[in-house]
Amino acid sequence: MSLKQISVFLENKKGQLAEVSALLGGNNINLHALSIADTQDFGILRLIAENPEAVAAVIKDAGYICTLTDVIAVSVPHTPGSLAHIVQILSEGGVDIEYTYAFAAADDDRAYMVFRVSDNMTAAALLGGEGLKTLSEKDLFVK
Amino acid sequence: MNYYQPEIECASQEQIRAWQDERLVAQVKHVYENVPYYRNLMQEKGLTPDDIKGREDLHKLPFLTKNDLREAYPYGLLAVPTSECVRIQSTSGTTGKRVVAFYTQEDVNLWEDCCARAITAVGGTKEDVCQVAYGYGLFTGGPGLNGGSHKVGCLTLPMSSGNTERQIQFMRDLHATILCCTPSYAAYIGETVKEMGLTPEDLDLKAGIFGAEPWTEEMRRDIEKSLGLKAYDIYGLTETSGPGVSFECTEQKGMHINEDHFIAEIIDPETGEVLPDGEKGELVFTSITKKAFPLLRYRTRDICVLDRTPCACGRTHVRMSKPMGRSDDMLIIRGVNVFPSQIETVLLEKGYSPNYQILVDRVKNTDTLDINVELNPDQFSDTVKEISAREAALANDIKTVLGINPKIHLVAPKTITRSEGKAVRVIDKRKLHD
Repeated sequence: MSLKQISVFLENKKGQLAEVSALLGGNNINLHALSIADTQDFGILRLIAENPEAVAAVIKDAGYICTLTDVIAVSVPHTPGSLAHIVQILSEGGVDIEYTYAFAAADDDRAYMVFRVSDNMTAAALLGGEGLKTLSEKDLFVK
Repeated sequence: MNYYQPEIECASQEQIRAWQDERLVAQVKHVYENVPYYRNLMQEKGLTPDDIKGREDLHKLPFLTKNDLREAYPYGLLAVPTSECVRIQSTSGTTGKRVVAFYTQEDVNLWEDCCARAITAVGGTKEDVCQVAYGYGLFTGGPGLNGGSHKVGCLTLPMSSGNTERQIQFMRDLHATILCCTPSYAAYIGETVKEMGLTPEDLDLKAGIFGAEPWTEEMRRDIEKSLGLKAYDIYGLTETSGPGVSFECTEQKGMHINEDHFIAEIIDPETGEVLPDGEKGELVFTSITKKAFPLLRYRTRDICVLDRTPCACGRTHVRMSKPMGRSDDMLIIRGVNVFPSQIETVLLEKGYSPNYQILVDRVKNTDTLDINVELNPDQFSDTVKEISAREAALANDIKTVLGINPKIHLVAPKTITRSEGKAVRVIDKRKLHD
């Protein structure tokens, strides 16, 4: 089960993140997870939000380069060693991790990991085999 | 085949030569008598008008350069009283002091004839709707093509540049068939057409006349595809009148120089020696019909080649190649000669946008070359690794052509200042330190 991540190309200059944040806020878009990869010249903003196609359209209309990327999200116990466990499963199964980021809430005993991997299907099967469920949009956004 | 003035455009070589001989002799006399600045230059060489008996003596005359024009600003090269003049036009002044050119009513008339020849050569007739999206005002682009379009009898849309969505709306509502503007603005209109969800089939354009800026064959193909037209080049400079000094015919094999008004020479930019036809060098123009601002042997700084072989279109006037660079656009970076057009060619070959900016600087006594290039949406990947790999690959491709290694910066679309007039392609910060 994979999830659509919204990826945005940003130039590494003053005010870029503020502009995009204002755009998202102004369009009533609530973010569930966010990460930024940056170099000296540019950054890539990665977002998880409900209804990613619509969010991507808003960002594109504002003139940014933006694509949807398939990633997997996993819910794990919010305890030491959870990350190591998953990384080991993927690594032993021959799946490469391009990048990962995580989020956890204090009032919850779960942590959520987002992974961009070389092969989503294999990764989901490997994790599923270990009793770790990869999440869909429904799991994340519908209460 | 359509011609605006067939008896002139298809005249024999002998006839053209006879016009040039006669008009040159008269022009030299006119300038000598009325322009003290040039008379002094001639006297320094021990020349009087009697020494110029025809085109074979042209090489004896002194050159004029942009520097002379700046020095003589504003009236120093004017050859008639201002009471005889009806118009001025001016350069953008981006490289220093403005150049102001003067026109009598007859000068305007002949200039507009040249532009009418260009419009007719791409298939324009009185049935056409000609949208002029060059800037109007001091810039020669708008007024020149506007006048030419009137002479041909086209329905003329004097849009000037800018307000691109309105341009496209007029283009559609009034069924424009010919578009005249700078090539970079044509490319921008093409992008906007696509962004508006339209295709070339939604437009009625058949031909475009694009000039005032250097552009490449790749850019021609891009514009032809995005606007669904045939793209033609036109050449001119304020100093000699404006657009229409030369123009492309439907053969798209070089631009016919209006030799009944201008004598073209190719010289070695280092020595000033005249080179034979077919050799690459700096283009020099002598105006032989203009009365108000008649420049003799004006060095254009454009590097090109003349071709006298017969053209299939039937026109007999010599053709010049697209300028291959400018002797003063040439950058010397770490001792290597670099023309911005070389970089543009690589970008287009590799699928990048023709919008780029070259930044040259000097850090610790070493020249640096940075190139900002706009990333196309379909080239975006969400991993840093892939974008960095793109930058490295492009740097390598450019290094292969230039021989020096640039640093490439991919930037977001439309962040490099776009020209509705002329593009600022090169920022050379080294000059600030010298």
